[in-house]
Amino acid sequence: MAAPMRKDQARVEVTEVRIASLDLPKSGFTAVARAEAVSRLREMGLPTRRDEYWKFTDPASLIAAEAPKAALFDGKEPQLFGTVASVKLVFVDGVFSEWESDDPAMAGVEISRLAEAGRADIHWAQDLYGVLEARGQDPVARPLAALNTAAASDGVLIRVTGQASKPVHLVYRHASETSDAVLHHCVKVEEGAEITVLETGPAAARFNKVMEVDIAKGGKFHHVRAQGRDHERRAITHIFARVAEEASFKSFTLTANGQMTRNECVIDIAGDDAVAHVAGAALGDGSYGKFHHDDTIFITHDAERCESRQVFKKVLKNGATGVFQGKILVKPGAQKTDGYQISQSLLLDEDSQFLAKPELEIYADDVQCSHGSTTGAIDETALFYLRSRGVPREDATALLVLSFLADAIEEIEDEALAAEIVERLEAWLARRKK
Amino acid sequence: MLEIKNLHVKLEEEDKQILKGVNLTVEAGKVHAIMGPNGSGKSTLSYVLSGRDGYEVTDGGATLEGEDLLEMEPEERAAAGLFLAFQYPVEIPGVGNMTFLRTALNAQRKARGEEEVSAGEFLKLVREKAKTLKIDAEMLKRPVNVGFSGGEKKRNEILQMAVLEPRMCVLDETDSGLDVDAMKLVSDGVNALRDAGRSFLVITHYQRLLDHIKPDVVHIMADGRIVKTGGPELALEVEKNGYADILAEMA
Repeated sequence: MAAPMRKDQARVEVTEVRIASLDLPKSGFTAVARAEAVSRLREMGLPTRRDEYWKFTDPASLIAAEAPKAALFDGKEPQLFGTVASVKLVFVDGVFSEWESDDPAMAGVEISRLAEAGRADIHWAQDLYGVLEARGQDPVARPLAALNTAAASDGVLIRVTGQASKPVHLVYRHASETSDAVLHHCVKVEEGAEITVLETGPAAARFNKVMEVDIAKGGKFHHVRAQGRDHERRAITHIFARVAEEASFKSFTLTANGQMTRNECVIDIAGDDAVAHVAGAALGDGSYGKFHHDDTIFITHDAERCESRQVFKKVLKNGATGVFQGKILVKPGAQKTDGYQISQSLLLDEDSQFLAKPELEIYADDVQCSHGSTTGAIDETALFYLRSRGVPREDATALLVLSFLADAIEEIEDEALAAEIVERLEAWLARRKK
Repeated sequence: MLEIKNLHVKLEEEDKQILKGVNLTVEAGKVHAIMGPNGSGKSTLSYVLSGRDGYEVTDGGATLEGEDLLEMEPEERAAAGLFLAFQYPVEIPGVGNMTFLRTALNAQRKARGEEEVSAGEFLKLVREKAKTLKIDAEMLKRPVNVGFSGGEKKRNEILQMAVLEPRMCVLDETDSGLDVDAMKLVSDGVNALRDAGRSFLVITHYQRLLDHIKPDVVHIMADGRIVKTGGPELALEVEKNGYADILAEMA
């Protein structure tokens, strides 16, 4: 485990109060994992702004005893990915809504829910629940993930044994202004199996979510997520992935608005010839009170000939703040590693800011790693070019924003999913035209 | 068509006068060429006409069919029928050539109160125009100018011109970076667009482009002014003797 954070009295008190408030199940296959998570949390303590890893993002609203109130969003847009055939599983404020959900039966995929399956003493997810999270605490502490493992009320346990015929679509809905949801999903992709997991919608006033993904040899995991339709969202999400040899992990996240969102992604590339791509496009408009979006990525290469990519783009306006903390760690012996990282922001005005901390730590000598980070405004030459062809300024700006985000969108392999994401981006931009 | 009167322009950022009283009238259906040495103000003239930021008009003006060009936003000038073929066409990653063209065409039509063109009609229109410029489907699908060779970029400019059907086309050093074959292709594209209702202002250093696009009138520009105007023979004179003779003659 990571070195404990500085133990001051205030932190200990806040952490103990939080732990005391948890109502943990005493039985079932997660009981041990939950108790261990409590120990980890106690040892680490809840984060504060003074912690190095939280320098750019104030965790106060994420750790407060009660979820800050968040207005419901009167969105009349059709369901994202609604045209894509999928197994929909709906959670309203973190509570599973059976009548709105599809029958989870699908060939090659076994789906159960934590709230139900968790009562059993023996379950395949026993080897996964809290396991990757615990491993992901080193070398950097992620106390809110430990809190999640301890406290999760529900989640989806997906075991993929073959080629899933359609994606599993986790649909989140926000119906109460004070809801505080904690969900923990586990996905186990067996050897050579493949699945796509979609996540869309506002989940709750505050959302703490962990997804643990274990991909066996030659397995493929695709993930496309959209966070939006809730301007006052507070969310802390973690993905912990372990990628075995020749396996592939690909994740893309679209984030629109939200007062406080931190998405952490911790990937352990454990087998040779594996691939891990993680990408994000964030659109922040600070005119709804605040916009703060943080992507914190940690990719560990612990095998040979593996490839990783981090592609993060943020469009910020009206006093929005974007944060990127991205690390590539290449362990001794991880030869022929191909690591790439880019984080860029497009500032649409002078009030917005982008804070980036790219890191490379390499202990192998035959590797290729590159990283870059840029901040800029709309390219005036390109803007003039478009306008000179008759495209009005606001439309030209929107086109250039899409142009800026294109590299991140390209990380979505499925064209139908990518097209729907682009539609949402266009709609977001169109709503903000003057 | 285009009337420029006593146009004085300086750079906004520094107190530097670039155009010092340009007078020029391009009649409907005519092709005018502007030649001149580097730094004479040719490109500035094209940018000022199309509305690029960074220039300040200190005196004089320019009208397109009687409408005050300089009062309009760049997109309004385009909708009014002005087109600038860029010396350095801009790359726009992530925006497909077709999307760009259709957005531009429909924006112009909307501004003029015309109906937008449907996806089907548009596809037909572009395919037809692209064929004569030897622009294949692959090039149309690619992001605007990204990975295009110099010649492809210029052909793409002419394709935009063909699709948008402007009344007044300004070509800013369209010949730069073109080999002989590409120059022929681009010129053929331009010549195909020549008609009684459309005018051209062709800005170039060299006479060779004017072998392909035959001008009605040739102007020599130097130090921010039109210093000499004549027929196509003036371009040949420049080719033969350079600018020095003409400028010396004026001095």
